Amino acid sequence: MVQLHLSGGEPVVRKDLPELIRHAHSRDLYTNLITGGTLLNEEMLRQFRDCGLDHIQLSIQDTDRRTAELVAGIRSYDKKLEIAPLIKKLGLSLTINVVMHRMNIDHVPALITQAAELGAQRLELANTQYHAWAEKNRNALMPTRAQLDQAEAVVFEARPRYQGTMEIAYVKANYYSEHPKPCMGGWARSYMVITPTGEVLPCHAAHVIPGLHFDSVRDQSLTTIWAESKGLNAFRGESWMQEPCKSCPMKTIDFGGCRCQAFMLAGDAAVADPVCSLSPHHDIIQEAIAQAEQGDGRFIYRDSRNSERLSIRPLEPASR
Amino acid sequence: MGDPAADASAAWRPRLAPRARLRWDEVEKRYMLVFPEAALMLNETAPEILKLCDGEHTIEGIVDSLVQRFAGIERKTIEEDVTSFVARIRARGLLEG
Repeated sequence: MVQLHLSGGEPVVRKDLPELIRHAHSRDLYTNLITGGTLLNEEMLRQFRDCGLDHIQLSIQDTDRRTAELVAGIRSYDKKLEIAPLIKKLGLSLTINVVMHRMNIDHVPALITQAAELGAQRLELANTQYHAWAEKNRNALMPTRAQLDQAEAVVFEARPRYQGTMEIAYVKANYYSEHPKPCMGGWARSYMVITPTGEVLPCHAAHVIPGLHFDSVRDQSLTTIWAESKGLNAFRGESWMQEPCKSCPMKTIDFGGCRCQAFMLAGDAAVADPVCSLSPHHDIIQEAIAQAEQGDGRFIYRDSRNSERLSIRPLEPASR
Repeated sequence: MGDPAADASAAWRPRLAPRARLRWDEVEKRYMLVFPEAALMLNETAPEILKLCDGEHTIEGIVDSLVQRFAGIERKTIEEDVTSFVARIRARGLLEG
């Protein structure tokens, strides 16, 4: 094991975070904190650094305050801009993460300039992945093809200017891709997610697929789970594949795409990701793109009332 | 930092950026260079170069040190290896100085 990402929700709410960082550091794991930054202060940052934190990924919604706070649902714009220089001051290295959608994607030039000014060594511009709440808000979030082409051109133009000082990572818009993405580098090939209750998943979203059994670090060692978990083995390798994946030369590159997306859109986690042009369900993607060009849609915020109404499965087991 | 696209000059004293960490991997039995969201598996000489990227050694000094360590390999070969490796790591923003 090489890297540990302390992610969420918001990982900073955990009282034992310093202890987790200290332990990860003692085991020589490269330790990342992925945070919204709104609950951080200088004292906490200093403590995390002294415990051995290597890196912070700070999410920023937009360079435009109004849309930033519209998407966040809270007033967080100023706080994030205050926290970034503190991270730099304490000598921690910084990635600025921006999840992109139709309202902020035209601001990529300003986002790049701002990240450089804030002292980020890395900027990650990632198009929204339409899982969970993003899926419910897809019509309000999905950019048009023209917007995406423009943003990509800006990134390609900017990269050489920042080479050696700031890396600009760009995660393509999944629905518009010709081929599906190798989700998580393939199911349970390189990554695992450990939930707050101790369950070991291949990705954050895997709970959407019914009928999978995942094991807990409370019962077994991580090594045993990694090798033997039924849930992790369910879509590992290629034996689960059907056509068009089974005989596809791309199968060792994209691994059939995203299992969660296949289930959410096509109702079967073992079929090709509908993003793939060879998928028999590809019309679902084309329809979503056509809707995005229309550009209508209002936000559905993540709150307890909407959660109940839409009965979105929480990450914790339902019995809790 | 000078022009990052320029070749590393012999007098430059590179230092590994704080966000990058050289670590020995017990599973792979190799050194790797770890940084946000990625890791590079290293060959035999690369870790020896990186250990000398401490802000003290010049590129020339690194070459000198490796020439002594790897007797039997021509200085020119080592020089080329060091220069190209350092340039690659620098382009990824993992070297300072």
